[in-house]
Amino acid sequence: MAEGILEISDDSFEAEVINSDKPVLVDFWAPWCGPCKAIGPIVEELATEFGDKIKFAKCNIDNNPVSPAKFGIKAIPTLIFFKQGKIVDQITGMTAKSKLEKTINSIL
Amino acid sequence: MEKVDYDLVIIGGGPAGLTAGIYAARAKLNVVLFEKLVPGGQIIITDWIENYPGFPDGISGTDLVDKMVEQAKRLGLKIESNEVISLDVSQQVKKIILDNGEVKSHAVIIAAGAHPRKLNVPGEDLFYGRGISSCATCDGPFYRNKTIAAVGGGDTAVQESIFLTKFAAKVYLIHRRDSLRATKILQERAFANDRIEFIWDSVVTGIHGSVGLEKIVVQNLKTKETKELAVDGCFVWVGILPNTDFINKAIELDEHGFIIANDRMETSVPGVFAAGDGRKTPLRQVATAVGDAAIAAFSAEQYIESIKK
Repeated sequence: MAEGILEISDDSFEAEVINSDKPVLVDFWAPWCGPCKAIGPIVEELATEFGDKIKFAKCNIDNNPVSPAKFGIKAIPTLIFFKQGKIVDQITGMTAKSKLEKTINSIL
Repeated sequence: MEKVDYDLVIIGGGPAGLTAGIYAARAKLNVVLFEKLVPGGQIIITDWIENYPGFPDGISGTDLVDKMVEQAKRLGLKIESNEVISLDVSQQVKKIILDNGEVKSHAVIIAAGAHPRKLNVPGEDLFYGRGISSCATCDGPFYRNKTIAAVGGGDTAVQESIFLTKFAAKVYLIHRRDSLRATKILQERAFANDRIEFIWDSVVTGIHGSVGLEKIVVQNLKTKETKELAVDGCFVWVGILPNTDFINKAIELDEHGFIIANDRMETSVPGVFAAGDGRKTPLRQVATAVGDAAIAAFSAEQYIESIKK
């Protein structure tokens, strides 16, 4: 686990994401998903870049099926941006770092 | 001679780009490969590759790409994560305009690949990631014991549909013709699979649901009849589109946007070469991509030598 990325579970989702003061980016992933492994390092770089403004979190959907189901997620990798507990943006599939940076800047 | 940053810039880090990089690095060219996402390209989402020689039991797409990247790096290829925004190939020295700057190079190999084509029907974008997918290895496990649809009749559609039956109770394979285009061994496996039901001569015309996808509308092209299918997901494999927008007609493309290159992989602009799925070619496989790329790198090396004389 990279520094600055919080591993969250179904149990901690409410407290860490929904009730967070800071905006939160949650990376829904699973170990069997190739593109998830590919996007992981990009999210880690973003965490280094934006970690002071945004909380970065990872949710392993294999161990935590409730949270993704709640948001209708049936594809990974999916990144969801939460602000004050509400979804402000959602991106599915491999995405260039530049596009993710633009999305983050637009919601900050 | 005008100063350049590189002898050769390779655009794209799939099998074609990595192979061109391996050849160029061994030729001791001053080369860089730009990849906008991460190396691998479309094979990252391919569950199993059993027609690439050297792997008698087959190999997963991610494992194959990991090996290619490892080989390229060991030979000294510089791989940079950067997106090419556009090209200026109007002068002998080529300018590659990047997301964060620009580099100059004697030669360019375009190996930017392709991306899955969409159905272009209402609801497709709305349910993308919530039922619509084109990555069976990523999203298949969401459909354990569910009923799903798959659209297409080529190798990808048939192979990935077979893979999906590991999870799904039932896969409707919807194809606009009355026979499959996929290679025979895949057809035989699909016909023998009792979890796959074929819906021939048909296209998807609508996608509906609430939080997630719930049903699709299918029309038979011969009878014009439509019917609703209750499905939890729909996988779309109806061909590919080239990643050539950044070229902006600076080199010759065909009517679908694929790059036209000759048997030396030379495009309409001297010093610009093409390889892989983004090229106009009768077959798009890992094997053909790496073949293109070896020739492209060889041609680029000869071109670079000729202009340095």
